[in-house]
Amino acid sequence: MSTLTAPTVPVETREHYLNADYGVRSWLLTVDHKRIALLYLASITLFFFLGGFFAVLIRLELLTPEGDMVQSETYNKMFTMHGIIMIIFFLIPAIPAVLGNFLVPLMVGAKDLAFPRINLLSWYIYILGGIISLTSIVVGGVDTGWTFYTPYSSTYSNSYVITAGLGIFVAGFSSILTGLNFIVTIHKMRAPGLTWFRLPLFIWAHYATALIQILATPVLAITIVLLALERGFHIGIFDPALGGDPVLFQHLFWFYSHPAVYIMILPAMGIISELISCFSRKYVFGYHFIAFSSLGIAVLGFLVWGHHLFVSGQSAYAGLIFSVLSFLVAIPSAVKVFNWTATLYKGSISYQAPMLYAFGFIGLFAIGGLTGLFLAAIGLDVHVHDTYFVVAHFHYIMVGGTVMAFLGGMHFWWPKITGRMYPEGWARFSALVIFLGFNLTFLPQFVLGYLGMPRRYHAYPPEFQVLNVMSTAGASILGVGYLIPMIYFLWSLKYGALAGPNPWGATGLEWRTPSPPPTENFKQTPVVTEEPYEYSIREIKVV
Amino acid sequence: MFSGFPLFPEQASSHAADVDNLYFFLLAITAFFSTLIAGLVIYFAIRYRRRSEVELPEPITGSTKLETLWTVIPAIIVMVIFSWGAKVFLSLQRAPSDATPIYVVGKQWMWKLQHLEGQREINELHVPVGRSVKLIMSSEDVIHSFYVPAFRVKADVLPGRYTSIWFKAIKPGEYHLFCAEYCGTKHSGMIGKVVAMEPTAYETWLAGGPRDQSMTARGQSLFQNFSCHTCHRSDGQGRGPVLEGIFGKTIALQTGQKVVVDDNYLRESILAPASKVLAGYQPVMPAFQGLVNEEALAQLLAYIKSLAPQAATLPASVPAPPAPAPERERQNSKP
Repeated sequence: MSTLTAPTVPVETREHYLNADYGVRSWLLTVDHKRIALLYLASITLFFFLGGFFAVLIRLELLTPEGDMVQSETYNKMFTMHGIIMIIFFLIPAIPAVLGNFLVPLMVGAKDLAFPRINLLSWYIYILGGIISLTSIVVGGVDTGWTFYTPYSSTYSNSYVITAGLGIFVAGFSSILTGLNFIVTIHKMRAPGLTWFRLPLFIWAHYATALIQILATPVLAITIVLLALERGFHIGIFDPALGGDPVLFQHLFWFYSHPAVYIMILPAMGIISELISCFSRKYVFGYHFIAFSSLGIAVLGFLVWGHHLFVSGQSAYAGLIFSVLSFLVAIPSAVKVFNWTATLYKGSISYQAPMLYAFGFIGLFAIGGLTGLFLAAIGLDVHVHDTYFVVAHFHYIMVGGTVMAFLGGMHFWWPKITGRMYPEGWARFSALVIFLGFNLTFLPQFVLGYLGMPRRYHAYPPEFQVLNVMSTAGASILGVGYLIPMIYFLWSLKYGALAGPNPWGATGLEWRTPSPPPTENFKQTPVVTEEPYEYSIREIKVV
Repeated sequence: MFSGFPLFPEQASSHAADVDNLYFFLLAITAFFSTLIAGLVIYFAIRYRRRSEVELPEPITGSTKLETLWTVIPAIIVMVIFSWGAKVFLSLQRAPSDATPIYVVGKQWMWKLQHLEGQREINELHVPVGRSVKLIMSSEDVIHSFYVPAFRVKADVLPGRYTSIWFKAIKPGEYHLFCAEYCGTKHSGMIGKVVAMEPTAYETWLAGGPRDQSMTARGQSLFQNFSCHTCHRSDGQGRGPVLEGIFGKTIALQTGQKVVVDDNYLRESILAPASKVLAGYQPVMPAFQGLVNEEALAQLLAYIKSLAPQAATLPASVPAPPAPAPERERQNSKP
């Protein structure tokens, strides 16, 4: 008998999008939406860890009441960069530009997005914006907070405001172009038989997101231009000494930045619909309601920006109107949470890592959303505005919500993207570590906020120390939790089990093509005859 | 109550309990719904766990009845929360008419406060327990925010405009004062304390210690030094309107628009008088932007607000102007 042993590393020999071409040029000049998604994945991961690095420094400083680790000016730059990097360079692009780019054409049965070259341009614009922002850090940093309020940012700050603003301005166009691409693709490139109400909810979510990206981002661009003109040429739009109004900046800024938070959460909700249905093997309960809720959130999200201005000197009447609208926008989100929960009823539920992330999302998003009600209640917001209560609220939604959904989605579609399975045991373990670390980090911050600890404080009164220490302890656990998937995802590229076309037995067109898919996605354009999530009428086949 | 691990600040103002009660209601709602959702998710996840690879779950797609239920009930709940929050908010909006005004100037990175009687404070505010206090605030530079957690009140302090909050301390003690709008390098150092004292102790404090003339006296000196009195004559013969009793009145502007003469109107009329000119008057008043700092402005306001209406015959509207006086040299000497 031959003594040759089979190779221990599994090998894929079929041609697909990853091995269709080799070399740096084939990546940097690709127009394949799947490769562009991976270019984005590498970039946003780098930014996530950079933003996370600043978070670590912040939490270390806040271990003690005195500002004794770095100087105040440095601390102020740290929280500013943490915010800018995490929001503009991680949260806004992550799900749409990675999972959206990869999956939207697959899910609608198309070969690529409507404008493949614009897709690549979009990544280069993002990288350019990133380089400019990194430059602003290297040359000395910006210390205005990611919110750039005037007149501090326009007249008084001695930091690199215009440079940082330019980086954000440029990155915004990346977002606009991605949104444009998605809208046209979803309208015009659906496979035969794929009517609107047969689309996966992931697509509805990205469609609603794309509407916001296109309509809101230009306002941010204009706002940054006005800020730069004010800072550079003193045109007098925000400077009261010249007849300007500093609060005008806040209106302009939040007119984008509030819808922006829906850019960050809607795609995450789209992922959750996919995960909950696959791992309960059930129709998503209330499909139409979830689809319309996504659109409703997108529309209502444009009408609530003034809830960031309740104590800004804004008129009390405007405050009341924004308060009532802010409560209304909470309702579609609540509807979704109830629908996801109802999907579990009489399902066939399994607990793989993506589902654990989905469960975590539901709990943490529920808490984050409910604490939003505290802030919308205008009389209560007077007390907690600009305190750690707000910080806790938005981290519950953005980290407990969006990041958990992103990780759940990465685990779910990892086999499709790479052709490999990740190690399930480590994945479940790190999901648990992340969940626990997250809660220990941010739950104490609600208490800190109600006690009165303001945001952006380098030093604080000693009675706030215990809660701050708890928060920092949680952050170290959370950090470890994020590192573990980095390691095993990379490990799986070489050593993970090979994945077939549909390792989860899921519905959806993306699972009807090999893992990883060929460059053109489908050998033959699929024809759709089924309603979405039709788990109940056919035998599930895991392949 | 505070056994070393407080969950909320002392209730030191008449307003604090109202805010806390809304907070507790919201905590209850949050606890209820998050327990409900978490409980259902955990229960369903266990009860309906996959027992065999070939089981086919029930083809449930939805229920319009349930959708209606869980849309309408949350809508009702949030409207209740909105109304309650609005009520708490509105009670903060208008200070009681007998509130003692105290003027606050925020600047990087300190709070300057001036009592009407002339006492000045830096980063500390002494107030009497049981009496309403209204803070009239402005900034010398960037946006700050005056925040007293124990009172549950906060308002941004803006350059170029007055904002105000009011409170009534109900418990003697020392309470944190924080700047709550990021304002640059020493934002977290722009802190101080509000010292609430029993009324007799407060009067003692007010009377003792070095202090300035009262704000109205200082304001009167400024009024003379800036020659405001040459146009704003009490007998109505000047080029400018009579200021006695004008504070709080509704007036008509040249454009026909009606405005209330409040702190911000007075401020604007001193710093940029051409923007809102009283009907029947010429826009000839010089602008004092750059000539009057925040403290002087506050003293002028205190003085003008103290000018009582002259006689019972003063009509509700401002009297018609006299015939234009002969041209005078513009006085441009700085006081």
